[in-house]
Amino acid sequence: MAEPAASVLDVRDLKTVFRTRGGEVHAVNDVSFHLKPGELLGVVGESGSGKSVTMMSLLRLLPSPPADIRGGKALLNGRDLLTMTDDELRSVRGAKVGFVFQDPMTSLNPVFTLGDQIMEPLIKHMRLSRRQAEARAIELLELVGIPGASQRLHQYPHQFSGGMRQRVMIAIALACDPDVLIADEPTTALDVTIQAQILELVKELRRKLGMAIIWITHDLGVIAGIADRVMVMYGGQVVEHAPVHELFANPQHPYTRALLQTIPRITGPRTTRLKVIEGQPPILTGPLTACPFRARCEHRFDACDAMNPPRRAIDAAPTGQGHDVACHWHAPAKAEPADA
Amino acid sequence: MLDAQPAPLVQVQDLKMHFPIYSGLFRRHTGDVKAVDGVSFDILAGQTLGLVGESGCGKSTVGRAMLRLYEPTAGRVVIDGDDVATLSPEALRKKRPTMQMVFQDPQASLNPRMTLADIVSEPLDEHTNWTRDQKLERVYDLMDQVGLNRRFVNRFPHEFSGGQRQRIGIARALALKPRFIVCDEPIAALDVSIQAQVVNLLEDLQEKLGLTYLFISHDLSMVRHLAQRVAVMYLGRIAELSPSKDLYARPLHPYAEALLSAVNEPDPVLAAQRKRIILKGDVPSPANPPRGCNFCTRCPRVMDICQTVKPDLVEVEPGRLVACHLYTAAGSTGTSEASEHKKHERIQQGETR
Repeated sequence: MAEPAASVLDVRDLKTVFRTRGGEVHAVNDVSFHLKPGELLGVVGESGSGKSVTMMSLLRLLPSPPADIRGGKALLNGRDLLTMTDDELRSVRGAKVGFVFQDPMTSLNPVFTLGDQIMEPLIKHMRLSRRQAEARAIELLELVGIPGASQRLHQYPHQFSGGMRQRVMIAIALACDPDVLIADEPTTALDVTIQAQILELVKELRRKLGMAIIWITHDLGVIAGIADRVMVMYGGQVVEHAPVHELFANPQHPYTRALLQTIPRITGPRTTRLKVIEGQPPILTGPLTACPFRARCEHRFDACDAMNPPRRAIDAAPTGQGHDVACHWHAPAKAEPADA
Repeated sequence: MLDAQPAPLVQVQDLKMHFPIYSGLFRRHTGDVKAVDGVSFDILAGQTLGLVGESGCGKSTVGRAMLRLYEPTAGRVVIDGDDVATLSPEALRKKRPTMQMVFQDPQASLNPRMTLADIVSEPLDEHTNWTRDQKLERVYDLMDQVGLNRRFVNRFPHEFSGGQRQRIGIARALALKPRFIVCDEPIAALDVSIQAQVVNLLEDLQEKLGLTYLFISHDLSMVRHLAQRVAVMYLGRIAELSPSKDLYARPLHPYAEALLSAVNEPDPVLAAQRKRIILKGDVPSPANPPRGCNFCTRCPRVMDICQTVKPDLVEVEPGRLVACHLYTAAGSTGTSEASEHKKHERIQQGETR
């Protein structure tokens, strides 16, 4: 693991369980990752892979019960978010860590003006006066590219389009100059041309403000364009982690490899037949005692049923720093590019 | 168009679907949302036409109006010889078995109180006078075709996963042996690894049963994989209609170009090199579309003529139809007799009225 000084966020062995009537659901299983200042970490996975629950666990945003954080540490600048008091945590949420949610239609309050919603964290966390907050809010709206900011401040969410609302969400998340911005599928609900606008905006904001970003998505295409490092999740655990170029050029986990092949491309030769990952994602009704992907894996062998594979480093860097994978199977050397 | 291609099964001519706006104290008719405003295309038998565009461009409305789930405002929709847009209710009912639809959200389009057997055999109840056993036999047959285990026949929709539910929706659409199926974003609600399963199933069925698809989607890479020809829609009109390989190699309409450049390729090397065309602003409201070309408010190559004259969809290269002033000869004034004539000639493909 990185020495705490180097990482703005350092998460170790995070474990979250949902208690339901049908039994326990192990949604997050020993997830570890870190985030350096100014870095963009992409988190990829299908629905139910635990990617959102992981990030919401960090800020204890999940209602408890049913959610129960069973263990682990989440150090933000050296302080553990999981053991903080509620008061301390409140000073972190929205101030040190900003959150942008998937659906810009439902995450803004329809009965307050945008001005009120952008100024709320400024007044609460930064203790600005209303007038100062308003000036800062206009600055923020201009930063995220909303024209006519001073008039727009007095409008309600329904007067904005989807893309505009997502810009407002980003403005709110950035209001207090956070160290970490967590973006949970921020462009999934948007059309491609609007998505392209938002991606450009985030790239530009990173250059200007230099905060660290965690970007959750199921879209490998989005990740390829913006991430520095990528963490692939499946069955509530990290199955592969690598710098972005390494991951796409040299995927190791059978899930990552298959996922990259199921997506048709818009350039290059046209695919004649899509590769299919047979079967369904696992239902996580108990602690993982075997590899969660084994039922859908084409390289399954005895070890996969006997034990859940730990993450092992592929390159010289220690696990969690460079390229690592949680798989018993060793992918053949890079001779044939990503062809299993 | 006199080469060895199959004949068109579906011909849409100048389809319009306007939804009235009523406002004021007396609920007077004060305007129209022009969701679809003059769309023409044809689909050859056994082929797939991809219909792409962003949300609100009217692509789903086209699909629904074609099957008379809405009453079209104007235009002709000829499916297998009959103009669906003007059929009498009884004739339309008889026509329904040949044209079916697969809906976007399998959660919402299946009745939660009906079992799989009820759902899939409902079209049979409506259109055949078969016995219970005959119908059940057909249900089993359909379940085999779409890859559902026969044991699931008495289960309810909530007992299935998203991908399985979409298979049920497909089985229902197939029940009456249709020739033409409108697939309205059938994979949008599914996870990436499940999408490929459903797409492969649709392709297998097309090959086996000789189906013709209108595949409505916002996923440009999946459309490239599935469709022989692609229509790009913007604000109720078709911007470009081209063979898939030409469109993806070299889009002609500026909107098609911008749309394709916005697609994220899962390849970081390519992503770093590619030049994106970032469109400014949002799509205008279809209740109040811009004068002239629909795209003139966001077009990076806008000219003076674009703000006053609506461009027609004309053939600018063999097989490629584009509605853009960039490609019409200099001095053309838009809706000229010649281009209008040419458009219809091309679309009707020798059909006699």
